[in-house]
Amino acid sequence: MATRLRLSGIRKAFGATQALRDVSVEIAGGEVHALVGENGAGKSTLMNVLSGGCAADGGVMELDGTPYAPRDTLEARRRGVAMIHQELSLAPHLSVWENIMLGAEPQRGGWLNRREAKAQARAALARLGYDHLALDRRAGGFSIAEQQIIEIARALRTEPRVLIMDEPTSSLAQADTERLFAVIRQLCDHGVSVIYISHFLEEITRLAGRYTVLKDGQSVGSGEVAGTTQAQLIRLMVGREVTELYPVRAAQSGQTVLEVRGLKAGSRLRQADLTVAAGEIVGVAGLIGAGRTELVRALFGLDKSTGGTVVLEGRDATGRTPGEGWRAGLGFLSENRKEEGLMLALSVAENTVLPKLGKFGRLGWLNRRGMESAAGGWIERLGVKARGPAQRVAELSGGNQQKVALARLLEYPARIFLLDEPTRGIDVGSKAQIYELIAGLAREGRAVVLVSSYLPEVFGMCDRIAVMRRGELVDCLPRGAWTEHSLMAAAVGTAA
Amino acid sequence: MNTRSLLAKLGPFLGLVLVIALFSIPTEVRGYFLTYANFKIILTQTVIVAIGALGMTLIIVSGGIDLSVGSGIAFTSVVGALLIQRGWPTATVVAAVIAAGAGIGLLNGAAIAGLRMMPFIITLGMLGVVRGAAKWLGGNETVNYDASVINNWMTTPDPAGWSLPAGAWVALAAAVGTAVMLRQTVFGRHIFALGSNEATARLCGVATVRTKILIYTVAGAFFGLAGLMQLSRLRQGDPTVAVGLELDIIAAVIIGGASLSGGMGTVLGSMIGALIMAVLRNGSQQMGWPTYFQEIIIGVVIIAAVFLDRLRQARSA
Repeated sequence: MATRLRLSGIRKAFGATQALRDVSVEIAGGEVHALVGENGAGKSTLMNVLSGGCAADGGVMELDGTPYAPRDTLEARRRGVAMIHQELSLAPHLSVWENIMLGAEPQRGGWLNRREAKAQARAALARLGYDHLALDRRAGGFSIAEQQIIEIARALRTEPRVLIMDEPTSSLAQADTERLFAVIRQLCDHGVSVIYISHFLEEITRLAGRYTVLKDGQSVGSGEVAGTTQAQLIRLMVGREVTELYPVRAAQSGQTVLEVRGLKAGSRLRQADLTVAAGEIVGVAGLIGAGRTELVRALFGLDKSTGGTVVLEGRDATGRTPGEGWRAGLGFLSENRKEEGLMLALSVAENTVLPKLGKFGRLGWLNRRGMESAAGGWIERLGVKARGPAQRVAELSGGNQQKVALARLLEYPARIFLLDEPTRGIDVGSKAQIYELIAGLAREGRAVVLVSSYLPEVFGMCDRIAVMRRGELVDCLPRGAWTEHSLMAAAVGTAA
Repeated sequence: MNTRSLLAKLGPFLGLVLVIALFSIPTEVRGYFLTYANFKIILTQTVIVAIGALGMTLIIVSGGIDLSVGSGIAFTSVVGALLIQRGWPTATVVAAVIAAGAGIGLLNGAAIAGLRMMPFIITLGMLGVVRGAAKWLGGNETVNYDASVINNWMTTPDPAGWSLPAGAWVALAAAVGTAVMLRQTVFGRHIFALGSNEATARLCGVATVRTKILIYTVAGAFFGLAGLMQLSRLRQGDPTVAVGLELDIIAAVIIGGASLSGGMGTVLGSMIGALIMAVLRNGSQQMGWPTYFQEIIIGVVIIAAVFLDRLRQARSA
């Protein structure tokens, strides 16, 4: 079939981070083209470039033989490229038909032609086999699967030539997934090209005609899905050299200090069993959305657990508040440094001592000098590049901010560290320092749970590695028992 | 499902019935409270808040807020008084007062959409700017004039008769017009889309900047109309009038079921909300409750109404 979309040499940098180095993809008309890659391989950036969310720094895009460089999402839609995001973008208060027809309402002199609008919405839904949906009901009241269909129907209204779907099944039940696949096949029969992003290789095997693998911002392979094994895809996804960033540390483990049995928290964390001993670093790997963050949040008491038990140093500690978590010896580092982890407008000192602010007060008066000297000690010991403890955290670099966030756990002091993506978005130099710090904690006999999306980090740092998939902790084995290959296979749910 | 959605629609209405029932229990009050003459007084007292609530409904449904309404009402009523003083014909005065309100709204909308600033901040600033401008325009005192037909719009020749004042009819007509606009025009539906999910509205090609400016301008015209009714009631232009009235207006819209985060709200609800506030004031007066007690009661009702509304939302979600 003729080439619908051709990308070659696409580059895109965000500050110092090169998100896309050299990506070339070719997509035929009416095919399902799978785009696969690890977390952070550049899939989302590529799709943003394609759907007009941001402009590429270099490279060429052609749509049906004519140059294609959308300035915004609206222009992309007009040219026939539409994206269905992982987070749905419906107007929840509006009815089904209003959502489908939004921005293109049939009208005469400003007066809405309701009958015509509904007919067109009905027709768009009918193309998907969903013309039984109640057009007048609020879109927000439908299930995720149905909302997705409404969004696809809206995209169909503009007669798309390329439809991008980002992890469309991540929150769907099996039956809904099947129905969605039927819809996608139908679209392809009508000549629409679908770019399908998924971590679930079995879906790709069933649905896609061809694939492209992205790794570290580069397209590293593409071909026919038929005749390619899942193992081959995984090898393309993870094959990379591991740099020597990680401190050498003899594995040691003392008494069990954290014992989790059957922990549940809502629909995102369905089942987790885990034990961690003093002096041990346990990694939690898995894909984005697999429930890793939910696990540590529930452990710390930030999210309410709905089942299971947590035992901390021999004492039952199920269902606590974060305040009780601190007092029980837990320290939690948020993956979201800027919005949750730190108070950016406040000083290094205030950020460092907040959980134990009461200790710096006498009769309600804060001992500022005591706070600043405590923080000052950590600035020195962790090598934080700051003018002093009174400097606002917002003025520090990402790596130094993260050190301040860690200083809070050390100052309290925590005995069991729950670290969620501790090196996300920070420079290599700070990374090495943070790795050294974490290794030092283990040497001192503290326990560390390290959630990370970056496999080399998990392998470089951890004594044991747990893998989560779709809300369940599926396996926890010593590091030596895993290969990157087998770990990725466990994360995507295939036998390697 | 159907009974529930019916209940959701009737919610504010049931609140109104409840409030009326409350004041009908004590026998010493019931005798007068439930008369047509009192009903007429309540309706007349509702007019200004009701017209203001129409404009505010547009703004709140779109996810915005306007805190400058009280000042705008004072400003436009001073404008009206000055023009009557100069002998302008009534129709021109009416048009000019409404245009003055729309002008303030245009400024608000242009600043909010153009500078991409929070409506709360912009209109909080405009609250002071417009109030100051009203005092400046009126020479820091009330503006008096000899006579005008406008003075008759908030009264009826025979207080005991059946006829309603012109202002009440104007409010009713404006309410019907606004309801139709919100439901039947593309502009009206885009107001909901903007409040429900602005990013999506933009993605779908809705001209969000232009729509926002238009929303505040149309709302401003309503506030100008409310200023005209204020002028008619006082029979003079008073630059210090209607301080804090925007809070009553916002309360009416919220009691009527609108969501401060946008995307939800109805004209009927807002009108009933305005009536609930007026009935509470009127009833409390007749009970002989001191004003501080009225203030407490109205405050509690606002919180209770929104709390009940949230319960209802949670159950239907």
